[in-house]
Amino acid sequence: MPFACIYVPNFSVAAVLRAEPELHVRAVAVFEGKPPLEKVFAANGKANCLGIAPGMTKAQAELCMELTLRSRSPLQESSAHAVLLDCAQSFSPCVEDAALDTAILDLSGTESLFGPLPEIAHAIFCRAADLGIEANVATASNPDAAVLVARGFSGVTVVPSGQETEQLGLLPIEVLFADQCQGAEKKEAARLLETLDRWGVRNLRALAALPEVALIERLGQEGLRLQQLARGAASRTLVPMEAPLAFEEAVELEHAIVLLEPLAFLLNRLLEQLCARLASRALATQELRLTLELDNLTGMDCECNNPGIPSESDASPEAQSRPLAQHFISSRQNKFCRTLRLPLPMLDARLFLKLLQLDLNAYPPGAPIVKIHLAAEPARPRTAQGGLFLPPSPEPEKLELTLARISGMVGDNKVGAIELLDTHRPEGFRMRRFVAEAARETQPRKHSVPEEKSAITALRRFRPPLRASVTLAEGQPVRVVCIKKKEVQGGVLWKAGPWRSSGDWWEREAWSRDEWDIALQNGDGIALYRLVHDLLNGGWFVEGTYD
Amino acid sequence: MFSAVVSTSAALGRLFVFDSEDFAEARPQPSGAELFAEGHPPQRALPASSLRRAFSEDARLASVIPASQLQMQPAPEMVSSGIAAFDALAGGLPRGCLTEICGPASSGRTTLLLAALSAATRRGEFCVVVDASDALDPQSVAAAGVELKRLLWVRCGEDPPRKLKNTAKKNLKNNQSSKFDEGGSPTAGHRLEQLLRATDLLLESGGFGLIALDLSDLPPQTACRIPLTTWFRFRRAVEHTPTVLLAIEQKSIAGSCSSLLIKLGAAGKRIREQSISEHLDSQFPEPTHTQLLTGLEITAELVRSRLDRKPVRSAAITFASTTAWAG
Repeated sequence: MPFACIYVPNFSVAAVLRAEPELHVRAVAVFEGKPPLEKVFAANGKANCLGIAPGMTKAQAELCMELTLRSRSPLQESSAHAVLLDCAQSFSPCVEDAALDTAILDLSGTESLFGPLPEIAHAIFCRAADLGIEANVATASNPDAAVLVARGFSGVTVVPSGQETEQLGLLPIEVLFADQCQGAEKKEAARLLETLDRWGVRNLRALAALPEVALIERLGQEGLRLQQLARGAASRTLVPMEAPLAFEEAVELEHAIVLLEPLAFLLNRLLEQLCARLASRALATQELRLTLELDNLTGMDCECNNPGIPSESDASPEAQSRPLAQHFISSRQNKFCRTLRLPLPMLDARLFLKLLQLDLNAYPPGAPIVKIHLAAEPARPRTAQGGLFLPPSPEPEKLELTLARISGMVGDNKVGAIELLDTHRPEGFRMRRFVAEAARETQPRKHSVPEEKSAITALRRFRPPLRASVTLAEGQPVRVVCIKKKEVQGGVLWKAGPWRSSGDWWEREAWSRDEWDIALQNGDGIALYRLVHDLLNGGWFVEGTYD
Repeated sequence: MFSAVVSTSAALGRLFVFDSEDFAEARPQPSGAELFAEGHPPQRALPASSLRRAFSEDARLASVIPASQLQMQPAPEMVSSGIAAFDALAGGLPRGCLTEICGPASSGRTTLLLAALSAATRRGEFCVVVDASDALDPQSVAAAGVELKRLLWVRCGEDPPRKLKNTAKKNLKNNQSSKFDEGGSPTAGHRLEQLLRATDLLLESGGFGLIALDLSDLPPQTACRIPLTTWFRFRRAVEHTPTVLLAIEQKSIAGSCSSLLIKLGAAGKRIREQSISEHLDSQFPEPTHTQLLTGLEITAELVRSRLDRKPVRSAAITFASTTAWAG
């Protein structure tokens, strides 16, 4: 039963390099601790060449001009760990989360999907590189052997079955205690290492060659365990983890960002990382949540009642009733949240970036940004079957971007599809999100409406209705004067009405009105208008024209 | 040497020749290579420069296509407008072309638009109405049989959102935008600017069966300020696409860019005559609610069509529309 191990050496530095790929060519060291007792926690190879070693104080490290120092970020490390697990789970459903920097995969049955073991190991290595982490990959017949080989050899290593002892024998003895680096475990490991060193055991081959009984007599069961590990003969059951479908990326900034342009660069990087992770799990997203932590400025004007965002108007009633996502959570926390809901699952980092840019242009955060957090809600990618004889329809991604751009121009609730409300109230409709894909699913009505149906006279509304002065004779309009529109004035040539209607009398927004259809002289011809008398508030209005 | 009329087609970017007998006769003339072939009668030796010229002439003429072999632009596909009489007049609405429908208020422009939208959505296409004056009535749209799910309504509003304040400032630098605000109301200019930008985006997005620009309520002096280059751009964008670009307005403003120009006559005459005469001739005063607006009589005239090769003689039709409550 083959197993693979993905191990990220120098994990803290790898997490930093993943967040800032431009640092790959530079010497980087990560420090931790409270000022002024900050110490170097980890450093990459280039920094080691410059003489930087873990344990140095930050002040000492800062003497090196070529060195780039970064503080240890738990956020970046958790993101890198999630990426590691995503990479592992894209190859096998049975993955053990062995450590922050180590993941073990059960590769049983995957040969038919991905090919022989060397190809799988190489594919895992490439996938990890695509996701921004430089990892060691090893395959072996048992999990522990795979872990030891991954920790001991860089790059891709494939250990053939039965040759574990030979392969592991080259490794130094310290590799057995690499994961025991804290507290009592560290002390115990140090004691064992000292003992083995006194015996002259420097590598795993020497440990494997020791007589088993004598070793147990001196070191107990721990000695036996270590020897089995050194021989590559230890066997245990893999403890698979539950797949957490959390896709989050975050970046903490040393200097606050004031402009949206530099923010777009960082968002682009985060979105690309998120999309790569989603793609590795064959998923897409339908909801993006952007949280910006703002600089604590005194006297900052918190806009607590910002209007909703365009993507908020979802078709479903649940979505309609959802509270607006865009708001400051708290003026003390200074968090600015935006939620981008998409009509369909999508996976296009450039599209997401453009949508977020348009959204942030319309609703800027209003204070310098010190931390960016981006989360994606995973969803199954949409499946669409095209057809040669289907009528053309807009591409969902292009359409979404176009609608966002138009919304930025004309306003949020001014673009969309019409939804009629169950009411006789004038203007009884609301705008809803236009989703071409949803409409496509409903087949066009064939022959339900006769093709040669007579045309329906349309009304063109004046929004808002035009207030008019109306002269009445025996309760009927005989002359109309509308100040705002010069064409709508003169004697009434023809009229029909009144058509009385009322509704919602049980609510505060009650309405009651008389409608008249009137004809007025308009140049050489005649124009027909709808004249309305508001019975509750008084006043006459020209509501629209028949055209 | 032979002579032929050689011209350059700007559109195709290649040479073509009007068929001429001279050209056909010129072909048997020996080329530079043939002059050295065996069996060719000895002639006066040509200088090297003449040979090179002969070679280059041959190479150039090899790519020349006779005019008779040039492909004609296929006629655009016509789709139903939803009104049989209109289809009989104009043949329907052409895809990939700009169609203008103009007329005064109450002439039936919106009725025609809704009929076209209804027909397009029945075909399963997605449609857009870019409404410069936010005048579309959803109840009328539904009554006309338009599938609301397939209709995108862009309402160009008077109140610019926050972002547009900055954009408007930027656009003030643009001559085109500032022209709109020179005359007429500044609001109308702003709405027109929104309409043009939204149309540009929608044409670029593609995939719609019908894109309708509603300029009916804009003052003609404002609508006329749309530069002709904008209409050319729209025509070019919609060309070779299955989209019908339809503009309804008070007066024709697109000039030669529109492939089809329909002019609607002032309506309501018949209604006025019938109703008023009935009302006046009656011996007893009738209650007004006995009268009912049952519809309009629409007169349409085909003013221009660039779809046929022959010049179109002006033709007119009359058809009726009924109100939703008239049954």
